[in-house]
Amino acid sequence: MPAINVSKATREQDHEQSRASRVFDLAEMPLRELNQTLHDLAPGSNETAWEVLHPKGSHSVAVGVDQPITIDVRGSVGYYCGGMNDGSAITVHGSAGPGVGENMMSGSITVKGDASQYAGATGRGGLLVIEGNASSRCGISMKGIDIVVHGNIGHMSAFMAQSGNLVVLGDAGDALGDSIYEARLFVRGKVESLGADCIAKEMRPEHLELLQGLLDRAGATGVKAAEFKRYGSARTLYNFNIDNADAY
Amino acid sequence: MCGIVGLFLKDKSLEPQLGSMLSEMLISLSDRGPDSAGIAIYGAPSGNEAKITIQSGKPEHDFRNLDAELARAIGTPVNIAVKSTHAVVRTTPDKIDEVRETIQALRPDIRIMGAGDVVEIYKEVGLPEAVVDRFDVRSMTGTHGIGHTRMATESAVTTMGAHPFSTGADQCLVHNGSLSNHNNVRRELIREGMKFETENDTEVAAAYLSSQMAHGKNLGEALEGTLSDLDGFFTFVVGTKNGFGVVRDPIACKPAVMAETDQYVAFGSEYRALTKLPGIDNARVWEPEPATVYFWEH
Repeated sequence: MPAINVSKATREQDHEQSRASRVFDLAEMPLRELNQTLHDLAPGSNETAWEVLHPKGSHSVAVGVDQPITIDVRGSVGYYCGGMNDGSAITVHGSAGPGVGENMMSGSITVKGDASQYAGATGRGGLLVIEGNASSRCGISMKGIDIVVHGNIGHMSAFMAQSGNLVVLGDAGDALGDSIYEARLFVRGKVESLGADCIAKEMRPEHLELLQGLLDRAGATGVKAAEFKRYGSARTLYNFNIDNADAY
Repeated sequence: MCGIVGLFLKDKSLEPQLGSMLSEMLISLSDRGPDSAGIAIYGAPSGNEAKITIQSGKPEHDFRNLDAELARAIGTPVNIAVKSTHAVVRTTPDKIDEVRETIQALRPDIRIMGAGDVVEIYKEVGLPEAVVDRFDVRSMTGTHGIGHTRMATESAVTTMGAHPFSTGADQCLVHNGSLSNHNNVRRELIREGMKFETENDTEVAAAYLSSQMAHGKNLGEALEGTLSDLDGFFTFVVGTKNGFGVVRDPIACKPAVMAETDQYVAFGSEYRALTKLPGIDNARVWEPEPATVYFWEH
C-alpha cells in the first residue's frame, strides 16, 4: 500500500452546518463531558446537530451514542471513535486511530482521511465509510456492518468476518478474508493474497445491485459495480474434517 | 502497552527546541506507559569530545569527587555534569573506553546508560512528566532524539528496565511490544562477545542492531534483519549518531503514526503525540507499513 496522506482531508473545513449545531470544544471541555452529554440526550431531542472541535487524537470520541443526531468532528481522532454507535451520523474531518466504529449497531460513520487498524471491527450494522485508506484488520469479525473504503486496506482484513459487506475501491493486503464465515467482500483493485477458505465468487445481478447501492450511499461516484470482484467463504471450515486430525 | 516517540530534525533552526518538542510528545503518551520513561538526545557534535551517561541509585555518594578520581586514574582532566540520578562524563574520544572501565572499577554501583560522541540518555522510574522535569529535558538541544513511556510486561519496573537501551556508541533503541526469541538471540550475541546488563527483551534487539552495524551493515540493512531474526511483536524506533529509523513486525499490532514536513520527521505510537508539533496540520501523516524499514540520515 502507498503511504497514507491525510493532510488534504484534515485541511478540509466544511462549516456549512456549524451555524445551527451545538459546538463542543475539547480544548475547553473534558471528553467525558462530551460523551455524557450525548448519552443523556432524550429521544426526540431538538439538539440534533453537534460539532466537536480540537479532538487532537483523543480516544473514544462520541462512543455509545444512541440517538439519530449528526456529529461533525473537526480534526483527527484516536482509538475507538464512534464505537457502539447506534443511529447517529458521525463525520470525522480528519483521520481516525485504531478501532473506529468498533461494534457499530446502526447509523453511519464517515472518515474523511485514513483509518488505522481494525476499522469497523465486530460491527453489527450501519455504514462505515473511509474516504482514504484503512490499514490492517479492517472489518475483522464483522457481523453485519457495511464498510466502504475509497482507498486501500491492509493485511488480514475481514478476518473471521461473519456477515455484512466490505467494499474496497483500491487494493487489499495479504490474507484477505482469512477464515471467513459469510460476509461479502468486493474489491476493485488487486488482492495481495486470499486467506484460508476465502475464494473469488461469481458476481450475480443481486450482488451488482447491492454493491451499486452501497457505492451510492458511500458517495463513491464514477465507480461502477461491474469493476469489482466478489470474494467470500468456500465454507470448508464450517465443520471439523476428521482427515485434518493429524494437523493438531 | 508502552508509548514511543521519535523526532528527527531537518531544519537546524528547530534544534534549540528539540528537548521541549520531544518532552511534549513523551508526556502526551503518559497513559500508555506510566511506570517509567526515558529519552535519548543527540546533541550537536562538539569536535574532540565523547560522553558517557552514567546513573546511580545514590548519586550524592557515587558522583562525589568522581571527576578528580577519574582524572588522577587516567591522567587527563574529566568533566562531569550531574543531573539528578544521572551524570554526563565528558572526555576525549580516545579515552572513552578507559574512562568507562575506570568508572566501573572506582564505583561498581554506577550503571552506564550509554556512550558516544553526541548521545545523552536519561531514564528513570516514574511518570513521564516527572522524568522530564527531573532531567530538565525541555532545555536540551540537539539534532534528533527518541523516547519511551513504559508499561512493563517482560521484566521488572526498574531504571535499567526502562528504555532507551544503548548497546553501541551513539546507538539506542526504544520498543513497543515483546520478543519471544530473545533468550536465543542473546545467547548467540554473547557468544559473539556482546555484553548485556539486563534480562530485558528490548536490550537484545538493541544489541542485535549494534552487532549488525558492527559487521558493516548500515542502519537500514540492520533494521531489515530484525524482520527475519527477531520473533515477536515490535515497533522499533532507533537512533544512531546521524540517523533515525523505524520498523514494525509483519503483524503490526503495535500502533505507529509518522509525520513528515520540510522541518522534521516525527514518530508517535499515536497521533496524540504529534498534535503539538509545528505545522502538523499540513504535514504528511501516515501509518508506517508492516515489515517495512524507514530511515533517515543527516
